[in-house]
Amino acid sequence: MIGGLFIYNHKGEVLISRVYRDDIGRNAVDAFRVNVIHARQQVRSPVTNIARTSFFHVKRSNIWLAAVTKQNVNAAMVFEFLYKMCDVMTAYFGKISEENIKNNFVLIYELLDEILDFGYPQNSETGALKTFITQQGIKGQHQTKEEQSQITSQVTGQIGWRREGIKYRRNELFLDVLESVNLLMSPQGQVLSAHVSGRVVMKSYLSGMPECKFGMNDKIVIDKQGKGGTTDEPGKSGKQSIAIDDCTFHQCVRLSKFDSERSISFIPPDGEYELMRYRTTKDIILPFRVIPLVREVGRTKLEVKVVIKSNFKPSLLAQKIEVRIPTPLNTSGVQVICMKGKAKYKASENAIVWKIKRMAGMKESQISAEIELLPTNDKKKWARPPISMKFQVPFAPSGLKVRYLKVFESKLNYSDHDVIKWVRYIGRSGIYETRC
Amino acid sequence: MPAVSKGDGMRGLAVFISDIRNCKSKEAEIKRINKELANIRSKFKGDKALDGYSKKKYVCKLLFIFLLGHDIDFGHMEAVNLLSSNKYTEKQIGYLFISVLVNSNSELIRLINNAIKNDLSSRNPTFMCLALHCIANVGSREMAEAFAGEIPRILVAGDTMDSVKQSAALCLLRLYKTSPDLVLMGEWTSRVVHLLNDQHMGVVTAAISLITCLSQKNPDEFKTCVSLAVSRLSRIVSSASTDLQDYTYYFVPAPWLSCKLLRLLQCYPPPEDGAVKGRLVECLETILNKAQEPPKSKKVQHSNAKNAILFEAISLIIHYDSEPNLLVRACNQLGQFLQHRETNLRYLALESMCTLASSEFSHEAVKTHIETVINALKTERDVSVRQRAADLLYAMCDRSNAKQIVAEMLSYLETADYSIREEMVLKVAILAEKYAVDYSWYVDTILNLIRIAGDYVSEEVWYRVIQIVINRDDVQGYAAKTVFEALQAPACHENMVKVGGYILGEFGNLIAGDPRSSPLVQFNLLHSKFHLCSVPTRALLLSAYIKFINLFPETKSTIQEVLRSDSQIRNSDVELQQRAVEYLKLSSIASTDVLATVLEEMPPFPERESSILAKLKKKKGPGAVSVNELEEGKREGGELNGGGERGDNSAIAASNASTPSPSADLLGLRTGPPVTAAAPSAGSLLVDVFSEAGVNDDGFLRDLEPPTESSDSLLAEGPGDSDSAPPSVVSEDPATPLPESNELLNKFVCKNNGVLFENQLLQIGIKSEYRQNLGRMYLFYGNKTSVQFITFTTTVTCPGELQSQLNVQAKPVEPLIEGGAQVQQVINIECLTDFSDAPLLNIKFRYGGALQNLTLKLPVTINKFFQPTEMASHDFFQRWKQLSLPQQEAQKIFKANHAMDTEVLKAKLLGLGMALLENVDPNPENFVCAGVIQTKAQQVGSLLRLEPNAQAQMYRLTVRSSKDTVSKRLCELLAEQF
Repeated sequence: MIGGLFIYNHKGEVLISRVYRDDIGRNAVDAFRVNVIHARQQVRSPVTNIARTSFFHVKRSNIWLAAVTKQNVNAAMVFEFLYKMCDVMTAYFGKISEENIKNNFVLIYELLDEILDFGYPQNSETGALKTFITQQGIKGQHQTKEEQSQITSQVTGQIGWRREGIKYRRNELFLDVLESVNLLMSPQGQVLSAHVSGRVVMKSYLSGMPECKFGMNDKIVIDKQGKGGTTDEPGKSGKQSIAIDDCTFHQCVRLSKFDSERSISFIPPDGEYELMRYRTTKDIILPFRVIPLVREVGRTKLEVKVVIKSNFKPSLLAQKIEVRIPTPLNTSGVQVICMKGKAKYKASENAIVWKIKRMAGMKESQISAEIELLPTNDKKKWARPPISMKFQVPFAPSGLKVRYLKVFESKLNYSDHDVIKWVRYIGRSGIYETRC
Repeated sequence: MPAVSKGDGMRGLAVFISDIRNCKSKEAEIKRINKELANIRSKFKGDKALDGYSKKKYVCKLLFIFLLGHDIDFGHMEAVNLLSSNKYTEKQIGYLFISVLVNSNSELIRLINNAIKNDLSSRNPTFMCLALHCIANVGSREMAEAFAGEIPRILVAGDTMDSVKQSAALCLLRLYKTSPDLVLMGEWTSRVVHLLNDQHMGVVTAAISLITCLSQKNPDEFKTCVSLAVSRLSRIVSSASTDLQDYTYYFVPAPWLSCKLLRLLQCYPPPEDGAVKGRLVECLETILNKAQEPPKSKKVQHSNAKNAILFEAISLIIHYDSEPNLLVRACNQLGQFLQHRETNLRYLALESMCTLASSEFSHEAVKTHIETVINALKTERDVSVRQRAADLLYAMCDRSNAKQIVAEMLSYLETADYSIREEMVLKVAILAEKYAVDYSWYVDTILNLIRIAGDYVSEEVWYRVIQIVINRDDVQGYAAKTVFEALQAPACHENMVKVGGYILGEFGNLIAGDPRSSPLVQFNLLHSKFHLCSVPTRALLLSAYIKFINLFPETKSTIQEVLRSDSQIRNSDVELQQRAVEYLKLSSIASTDVLATVLEEMPPFPERESSILAKLKKKKGPGAVSVNELEEGKREGGELNGGGERGDNSAIAASNASTPSPSADLLGLRTGPPVTAAAPSAGSLLVDVFSEAGVNDDGFLRDLEPPTESSDSLLAEGPGDSDSAPPSVVSEDPATPLPESNELLNKFVCKNNGVLFENQLLQIGIKSEYRQNLGRMYLFYGNKTSVQFITFTTTVTCPGELQSQLNVQAKPVEPLIEGGAQVQQVINIECLTDFSDAPLLNIKFRYGGALQNLTLKLPVTINKFFQPTEMASHDFFQRWKQLSLPQQEAQKIFKANHAMDTEVLKAKLLGLGMALLENVDPNPENFVCAGVIQTKAQQVGSLLRLEPNAQAQMYRLTVRSSKDTVSKRLCELLAEQF
């Protein structure tokens, strides 16, 4: 189990230190600082073992969060906890930064007391936590006995993530499908690896204890319906179904039901939460194609031409497009010509960065650059790192579609039709690279 | 130095550095550096030539980036360009870059070397210095190759500036250290030495470093420097503090130079020239005098400089070790420092005194400070100083103050720092042993030591105390009593239990008379500690118990009870279990005589260097641990342990070392009594399985007859031997085969393995195998003593006509057999035709100077080449009748030497190599055998019939074979067997 939790700033100074178990000594704090934060070589592994003590760390901007243990714990559990911890902190005071942590250190200790008990993770649901850990002064915290007992029964009850008696005048529901596309493509345009990792994020403002049901074009479900279905013709169900490789759900989803019927039904927490996470690898719509052309002219010159093609419906607009073309380490000068957007040689990053604000589907654009090189003594050849790209598109590259989201609330008198639902798809680039 | 020009501030560099310093994260820093690198690249690439200032600035930035830990792979060319600049600052930066970022690019090296050469030959001293510094900083072999010839010239040239000379001397020193083979002083030697006379003190200081280093390599060439150094030293020492102006440091004239001079003098013995020596003594006296003067300044630098010279002077005095007067004065001076409030001074004083204590002149003087040193040991706050104090106490210890010092060290041990405890323990143990006047004091001290710091008492210490107790009879009783008392403490250290177990096991009888320490009390006391101890200690205790059984028969039942208990006899530890089982058996089976022999008191240990000393040496110089010391420690341990715990087993092992197992032999032989003593053969009490009593055959005389005719040698190994030469065994060796050799031979007629020969020195085991007409024999020579056998040689010869009958080839054997070791020799035998004699084995070796020579018969007999033949009754008698010629039969009627046991007879006949045929002879009491002897020339079928007569205790043996000699020989051989 987790023996202790430390938060450091970028310099390695300890901001928060909470030790849960006796086997973690004071020197553990320094051990992590010396061996990881100040390590001569950058430590890339998130798990470090120092003197029979394991350190699990995640980094949020300049802040290091490290969980320490001497036991053989489930590393996935520890990381899940650390991520949850980040979520909780973000929900309480916004961005995780040194200043915010310093300003809220009392709150953080209070939270740490609540979400970890003797190293065992407890309820880390923000909604539930907010009912009893508040940011108001002691005066505002006057709670009646009933309220307190209510909190207790809720926190310890079966549905720990939602309290009873929530009332909204307008029952609203926001659903975002957020996806990131990852790609590695060969210079010849061959896909070497591609996958989409997506999340379904919901914001629910619903009264009472509603029961929700979420449906999407999961291949297994569609096929099952297609077989048993009478009315659906194959042509009509033309909207494609997708094969989901793996998925995880928020704790509110009834897994037994998913296992047996593959339907996603749940009582949602109040406010914002991540309903599910999934990954697909088949039939991915690649929004952009990058065609690089690199020519070495002698030892001191390099000509680069890059064409990007958008590959989606012309009616849609991609935004925030950025192409990053790495330059050799001995670049001494760069001339860039591009037809669209702005391009610039960023010496500090050893790359040419080409930015386009907007681009419609089925278009193409190109950039050409002349790179001058300084002859060096080293015989090392330039490794030619891949060209990477960033963008944002208003559809789901995996092809996921939300089929329905039904809300049932038997006790209160509102029905599925009364709920206002919003659905949005956002596709972003993950690691989207083309070798050159 | 040229004036600093206006633009030398290099603002761009300052801005860059402050940018880097302000970076919040590593990533930001890397970004900034990348940007700067791109900028510099574009600047270097730029078409218009850069002026010197910007070139310098960018090279400087590159250098800074490199020093931050990033790779730099360009800019070398620009740096080299800077070298040819005429501005000091640009040149300096260029050289700095080159010396930090040496590039192996050959073209660049050529350019750099060229630039350096130019600068060296320029008349500008600053440039020359820069070039010299660069050479020294790079200090590579290439540099040495290029400039090693040039620099001495600059060093001794008359017109070289002083500052350049300094640099040249130090540069040469550096090159000499990296590649001494390239720096050849030869012709320059005398001129370099004369630099000691240089006007300029800086030059002298630099030169003296060089000379010290060179003179360590070839002291003879630089011998002349001694007188020069002395005169220089005397000039400095006698000068007033204002004389040397720049070189006076806080009122001390030229302290560094003085120290170096004194150190140089330490490379040489005292000067022989009386005048020089007188002058030097005068100098040293002056230095000692000056130490007494009141300080001219209160500043710490003043006293530091003064003391530095003083300590160097004292080391020189110690090094010479010939001036009693000076030594005593030095000692007194150090004595003053012992109470100085400066910790460093106390430390240094203690350290120097340590070396002083070893000098005969000052030993007494050092001893006068004993109280102070003891006080230092007790009160000093710094552990390193306490350590030195302990060292000094150890060094100043002698017979007169040993008791006091050991007592003090013991009492200090209780509070001593953990890091030095082990060493302290060793020192106490050594001092106690070295200066022990009466051994009861020694035993007391060591037992105290174990009591106070048991954890730090290494194995060697308690081994040693046991060795000493065992070797000295006068202390044994006292030791037993003391140990007994010590063990009565409710909690005692395991080492104490070990010593107690060992000593009571050996000498418990000496105190058994006292009813307070009666045998049973002793045993119960030991056994009460048993369960608190680790396995090795328990094993030792078990051995002590079995020794108790021998010492006090009245404890036998109690101890057997203990041994029989499940916790012993079924112990999960194999060693303990085995001991319990073996000791239990030994105590119940063996008679008291056997027990007394087996469990005899340990023989005295051979005197040797104390293993503790070796251990201390090891601790002192961790780098200098030699394998020997380790080995010795181990062996010592093994011996003591093995000797004590296994002494009982080993006697058995030695006596019946039938199997040639080296480990058993080692154990048995190692603790065996000295060979010169009459062999108290424990083995004689035990049944020797191999010695079968037999009559001496007088026939051995026949073997002594030198073979007169030497037939054609068929021995492959002896082609060099001329035919006329008699076989070597006879010519060189008048020694006869041992009288019992024939008997030995007979032992092996019916068996192939066993002990061929054994006396107090040597044991020869044998193992042989035969197939068809070929045989292979393994001889194992075991050295039973603890002294090595040298020039150990063996020769196998076939006397007489045997040479044509048997082909024997012996592989050479190791000429050296370590004490307790065993070597093996392989002998290949080929039977050419039938034979009746046996080959002779001659063994020669030197044992402790005396030549030992013995000759044995190798147990190769004709029956070894038997191939058994199975046949039915009908066949047998048919063949029996076929061999009816009178010469084909040999018959013997003889009296039985052994009991007529059918099974034994059968076993022997089978061992003979023939097939024992059942149900052939009508009389079931009779034995018949059949076999074919395989020789290279022919096969000889043989039939045998043995008719025992139980009433008369007689046998009738009939052998029939196709060859008459075979029948006869077989009959002879077999007659001895039954």
